[in-house]
Amino acid sequence: MTMSTPPEIVGFHARRTARWHWAEFAFWTVLIGCGLLFPSRYLIMTEIVRLGLFALSLDLILGYAGIVSLGHAAFFGVGAYSAGLLALHGIVGEPVLALLVAGLAAAVLGFATSFLVIRGVDLTRLMVTLGIALLLEALAERFSDITGGTDGLQGIVMQPLLGLFEFDIFGKVGFWYTVAVLFVLFLLARRVVHSPFGLSLRAIRNNPLRASAVGIPVNARLVAIYTFAAFYAGIAGALFTQTTQLASLDVFSFERSADLILVLVLGGTGYLYGGLIGALVFKLLQETFSILTPQYWLFWIGLVLVVIVMIGRERLHRWVLFLPRSIARAVRSGKTAAGGAE
Amino acid sequence: MTLALQTIGLEKQFGGLAVTRDLSLNVEAGARHALIGPNGAGKTTVINQLTGVLKPNGGRILLEGHDITHMPVHKRVLRGLSRTFQINQLYADLTPLETIGLAVSERSGHGSDWWRRMGTRADINGEIAENLERFKLLDVMNEPTGTLPYGKQRLLEIAVAIATKPRVLLLDEPAAGVPESERHDILAAVAGLPREVTVLLIEHDMDLVFSFADRISVLVSGALLTEGTPEEVARDPQVKAVYLGEDADV
Amino acid sequence: MTLLTILFDGVAYGMLLFVLACGLAVTLGLMNFVNLAHGAFAMAGGYVCAVLVNQAGWPFLAALPLAFLASAVIGAVLERLLYRHLYARSHLDQVLFSVGLVFMSVAAVDYIMGSSRVFMQLPEALQGQIDLFGVGIGRYRLMIIVICGLLTVGLQLTLAKTRFGSRLRAAVDDPRVASGLGINVPQVFALTFAFGCGLAGFGGALSAEILGLDPYFPLKFMIYFLIVVTVGGSSSITGPFLASLLLGIGDVAGKYYLPKLGPFVIYTIMIVILIWRPNGLFGRTAAR
Repeated sequence: MTMSTPPEIVGFHARRTARWHWAEFAFWTVLIGCGLLFPSRYLIMTEIVRLGLFALSLDLILGYAGIVSLGHAAFFGVGAYSAGLLALHGIVGEPVLALLVAGLAAAVLGFATSFLVIRGVDLTRLMVTLGIALLLEALAERFSDITGGTDGLQGIVMQPLLGLFEFDIFGKVGFWYTVAVLFVLFLLARRVVHSPFGLSLRAIRNNPLRASAVGIPVNARLVAIYTFAAFYAGIAGALFTQTTQLASLDVFSFERSADLILVLVLGGTGYLYGGLIGALVFKLLQETFSILTPQYWLFWIGLVLVVIVMIGRERLHRWVLFLPRSIARAVRSGKTAAGGAE
Repeated sequence: MTLALQTIGLEKQFGGLAVTRDLSLNVEAGARHALIGPNGAGKTTVINQLTGVLKPNGGRILLEGHDITHMPVHKRVLRGLSRTFQINQLYADLTPLETIGLAVSERSGHGSDWWRRMGTRADINGEIAENLERFKLLDVMNEPTGTLPYGKQRLLEIAVAIATKPRVLLLDEPAAGVPESERHDILAAVAGLPREVTVLLIEHDMDLVFSFADRISVLVSGALLTEGTPEEVARDPQVKAVYLGEDADV
Repeated sequence: MTLLTILFDGVAYGMLLFVLACGLAVTLGLMNFVNLAHGAFAMAGGYVCAVLVNQAGWPFLAALPLAFLASAVIGAVLERLLYRHLYARSHLDQVLFSVGLVFMSVAAVDYIMGSSRVFMQLPEALQGQIDLFGVGIGRYRLMIIVICGLLTVGLQLTLAKTRFGSRLRAAVDDPRVASGLGINVPQVFALTFAFGCGLAGFGGALSAEILGLDPYFPLKFMIYFLIVVTVGGSSSITGPFLASLLLGIGDVAGKYYLPKLGPFVIYTIMIVILIWRPNGLFGRTAAR
């Protein structure tokens, strides 16, 4: 095929970043393959996938919009408790519907608090996000008649998924359910970041002042993505409750928010797969360290953080992604040639 | 005559320091207007107030007769007032294609579109291509902006502003820091700006000012010293005094 | 418990918070380094003091300066080895790094000292209460107010009157101009950082009795230190001082009058203040 006019060439290149790469197909094939090959590991794999979804949520605000949050667990927690309460009191019995309701509850909180977060500089944002998560933890402890206090929500029984699939003790249904949710939400996020809206977020992260000089309503965009990310975090929290049938105060904890940043940083920010890859690496590290020193794996996680920063995140990713990037580059140049552009 | 851009008694203080003093500027529609002044005259502060980055302490700003004094930055852009930046403020890891695409999307009201992918609207693609072509950026449209030669970055700076389809364009030292070899492209781009766009040029380089402007305002210590045609300004003894004190080029 | 006793306890608590957090006021407020690990230095001082008193049999008051010294030395070493490379990095990097340090310190102390709370053997002269005009006043808290009050005055004088104080202010205001004036900026930063860590260690030793000392100390009180600095602003040490007092009194009163709301009140107040005055209650108003 041949393309000659500049608008067609422009359109071709503009769509190119959004095109599916073969490595992406490989990623999802491997994920599904793991599910089929290791049926005895459903529980840990569910944990990884769920953590990946949670980190994807943080990537949307940190990697794309540049908002550093120390309290992303706030939305995870709201999702977790919402799903727990909905199931416990039989308000919304069907899990998928309850998942959506829980996600929306987190989104409402995200929308309400976004106005606090978009104000001010990094430091204020850190404090406000951290403060909101701690506030919710304190509230959950205070209203222990609703939340079960330090014991957490007890006796949650999940109804069958879509009325068809009963959650089993091996976690098979839980795993495939989590993977399906991740995949759907990933497709949505992928669509969003390749839209004009997603592009404007990258511009805002680069330089907010310049962004408004191009006509971008910076605050409105940040409110929108913060709310959207809160929805994702809420879904991750709800999946936690639905697949483990518990929700306790630690869903709000600072450690959860801090670990999440580590997960994302391990995988790399701003390309959507960072959270998913980071979740896998994080869990592997956690498992390894737990075998080494069961009680003190926190020490090793801390060491990993310090080492990552001292080496430099950029440099680290150059090393880690050296092979996949060079393959990608080879493929891309082949593609450009085939497209006949330029 | 109609006024494209007007300030009435603009005042700005930083602490106790007055940096804009009772400034009343009138920029006619279609004009090639230059705002000059020695270093520290407060030119950039004026631009920042016109575009909405800084809030004036007093006075008003009118764009085509509408009061925009309290309008946020992005709304002014959508109303037809764009600017270029003195120091490159481009998005280092976005490509020229993406940068122009952003500006065109926002202007055409598709900026908040979160479902449709970039590059799937023929009208927007056409406009992007037009701008890339006009500013000679087609061949580098897929390079990250941060890796482009400085002259190309300056061209992109102007291209982004033009992509928002301004009726009034503020050019803040478009040729500053551009090496001699690439200077010609910039000057040609500035000279080739569409006639219907009103241009307010803020510039240090007197050659550029006198070859481009049909009207000049001289700013000294935040206040208007004089205003007139290039010939009038060049003859003005006050202007000579100001510039000879600082820079013997004039 | 009368109103006056609450006020007194609150002031003692607030002053303690100030000594704990004023080093952070410099690193975070002035040098703009997000150091979430500040509490780890306080914990180090606390544990050094506890070991000296409980195991080596030192008198409490003699062990306090050692707590200062130990934390200051640790601070100086870490500053030279690690922190100084990160002053110019992004806030995200600083957060990751300092959270990493916190995690390491928590696990390391847990490993060496065990996870249970440590109690300090206090001399008898510091135990119990004295009755002043019908108000019950804890001796230990009285001592805290006296020591911390003296420290505060000393700090204020050091910053305002000494050569080092003016160097620090110059270095923070504009590092490039300061080094042009012949000030050794990295050295000034290192000394200040170490001194701030020392004060935290000193505060950590003093606070073992009141706040409790266990390996999770840096995480539990992180938010309190951050509140002191962000609410207090960074233009002087008066801001963080007033913020500490407010926080101390507010927390003690809140726990007494509204025990069920827990820390809820404090967090709400913090968020409201940050929204209302993003540069802190006593900070500079937005300069631009």
